[in-house]
Amino acid sequence: MTIDLHESDSVRLLGNARRGFSGTVQALKGGNAESSLSAAELESRLIELGFVEGARVEVLHEGLIGRDPIAVRVENITVAVRRREAMAVVVI
Amino acid sequence: MEAALYNIVLVGTPNSGKTSLFNALTGSRQKVANYPGVTVERKQGFFVTPRGRQVSLIDLPGTYSLRGRSPDEEITRDVVLGRAKGETLPELVLCVADATNLRLAIRLVLEMKHTGRPMVLALNMFDIAKRRGVTVDVPALSAALGIPVVTSIAVRKGGTDELLQLTDTIAAEATQIARENDWRPHSVAELRATQREADRIIKETVSLPARPDTWTARVDSVVLHPVFGLIILAAILFVMFQAVFAWAQPVMELIAGGFELLGQWVQATLPAGLLQSFIQNGVISGVGSVIVFLPQIIIIFLFILLLEDFGYMARAAFLMDRIMGGAGLHGRAFIPLLSSFACAIPGIMATRVIDNRRDRLTTILIAPLMTCSARIPVYTLIISAFIPAKQVWGWINLQGLVMFGLYVVGITSAMAVSALIKFFMWRDDAPAPFMLELPDYKLPRLKSIAIGIYTRAMMFLQRAGTTIFAMMVLIWFLASFPQAPVGATDPGIDYSLAAIIGRFIEPVLAPLGFNWQIAVALIPGMAAREVAVAALGTVYSIEGGKEAAEQIGQVLATKWSLATALSLLAWYIFAPQCASTLAVIKRETGGWRWMWITFFYMLALAYAASLVTYNIARSFGAG
Ligand SMILES: Nc1nc2c(ncn2[C@@H]2O[C@H](COP(=O)(O)OP(=O)(O)OP(=O)(O)O)[C@@H](O)[C@H]2O)c(=O)[nH]1
Ligand SMILES: [Mg+2]
Repeated sequence: MTIDLHESDSVRLLGNARRGFSGTVQALKGGNAESSLSAAELESRLIELGFVEGARVEVLHEGLIGRDPIAVRVENITVAVRRREAMAVVVI
Repeated sequence: MEAALYNIVLVGTPNSGKTSLFNALTGSRQKVANYPGVTVERKQGFFVTPRGRQVSLIDLPGTYSLRGRSPDEEITRDVVLGRAKGETLPELVLCVADATNLRLAIRLVLEMKHTGRPMVLALNMFDIAKRRGVTVDVPALSAALGIPVVTSIAVRKGGTDELLQLTDTIAAEATQIARENDWRPHSVAELRATQREADRIIKETVSLPARPDTWTARVDSVVLHPVFGLIILAAILFVMFQAVFAWAQPVMELIAGGFELLGQWVQATLPAGLLQSFIQNGVISGVGSVIVFLPQIIIIFLFILLLEDFGYMARAAFLMDRIMGGAGLHGRAFIPLLSSFACAIPGIMATRVIDNRRDRLTTILIAPLMTCSARIPVYTLIISAFIPAKQVWGWINLQGLVMFGLYVVGITSAMAVSALIKFFMWRDDAPAPFMLELPDYKLPRLKSIAIGIYTRAMMFLQRAGTTIFAMMVLIWFLASFPQAPVGATDPGIDYSLAAIIGRFIEPVLAPLGFNWQIAVALIPGMAAREVAVAALGTVYSIEGGKEAAEQIGQVLATKWSLATALSLLAWYIFAPQCASTLAVIKRETGGWRWMWITFFYMLALAYAASLVTYNIARSFGAG
């Protein structure tokens, strides 16, 4: 299942979020990301880094090429992820 | 009878201070640094508790779960579950958590409880937590988790007292009984549920401050800036390689001068003959010519240790991820590759944190192309003999600039090789994900830097005293026997075994501009790169006879053409002249195949690069 990006202005994918964005994780959709990992494995890894529903996230930094990867504050730690994988995180 | 050895293992999320605790408890000096994924091996140590219980403590790679996604995490899983060969189940699992970062740690503890092993949780880095205003209701946390909880400060004296007392109590009373192991890999739903449970427990027992680490945030706003961040990274590397050359010079001249005096003294004191020749040519000119480079080795390690302890390495990996991605490399490859500037062996071991096998293999194959510290003696020797020590653009040392250039060529060719591997072998694969925790910055601690440098310096000297010394004895012997027949007119060395061997190989290397002395030095140089410098030192010193006490660099300047010197530099950028690296590649890739591939591709590159360099240099009249 994929999330319609235009469903609502407030529903977004972390992978599209710009620097300065802050919000809350609403859902994990491993299938949304075109990752080399399976949806389940990607979701597992994201959860192991603290991306669970309700966690506060903020995009702190972006890389130079394609604004990728991004450094994301997840509650009280900072994690670097690529946008490709961050597409699996639905945020509001 | 004495009580049996009590087995404890350390488990915890990466960078929580397990190895620091291990070092504090056992008095070891295992590598500690401020980035996730420092420890990639199982390490055992021993200590005695205050009440006299003998304990075996095992340090393990950090992990977020027991699923074992990469080779280092598999080690942790297998030891904890008693699956590793010859491993007994631990009697106590000491979970280590970074008290400032409890979410992931508590989730791991909840997962670990399924293994049924008796457990203790140490809330480490409690000093930092306190400073930030984190308060933990320890008894409540202990009750919620159902295991004993203590606080600890691994890097402070007395910071592990509470933990030691608790260990004694548990070991004596056996309050916790091992239960059935019902652990299996968590499904996504189970992971999510345990994380929720962990968050609930934290909410009830821990009060987090409103003020996060503003210092880290401020530094990051500069260091992780998309443009300035990269400029800073390039500047750091530039200063590092310049420093290796420029800062070390005065001390090196002192040491070299010392050995020169020693050589003259030996020549003046000992009667002329074999013993004098052995000590002067074999030991002083050979081994001495390598020890001279100690200051440079110390400088490169100083830089790397400072960056590691400060917490910069993970940032550099972040900045370089996409750039390295262009060369088919994974962002996680950055740290192993940067460590390879010190030595490829720990660099290759550090690739265990890369979970994707292909990414890991590519990194292993190119790690030996990064300019390791053993190349420094070779580079420095040739550069100082052939490149004038003038300043360019006012402040940059030309010799340092050439050195920097050699590093750049090493890096660029590593990237090119990686891109080729990616293109020819697995071009259609989607890139593996890059996910890395960026730890808070920590001020490097003087003591740990000092210990780090001391250990590295001792390792270098020990190598000089063993491998290099042994090779020197061999070279000295080959270069001295058989001795010249009575009445011979040529220098004695021309009749020696070394000359015979060197001349035998010379034709193969002649197109590169190498003479027989270089050829004969490259053979023992296969054991370790610095050996070639020592071998040249011995060979030329025996050949030189009277002016033997002269420094090797000055001798080379008169014996070689510039084209030969440049060609040898090019050779050393690529040549696989390190037996230990090849052995580690064989071990880490689990077979001969990749070792031979590395050996031959590097040899081929070395030959080609030297050939091209020599001919270009000659066409410019440097022959
Ligand atoms: N202030 C403070 N720093 C600590 C403490 N314990 C560890 N550190 C620092 O935290 C960083 C990580 O320590 P390590 O011991 O390497 O962590 P580790 O858990 O072994 O890490 P991995 O091997 O990567 O899993 C280092 O910079 C240590 O100096 C502590 O109690 N207080
Ligand atoms: Mg460690």
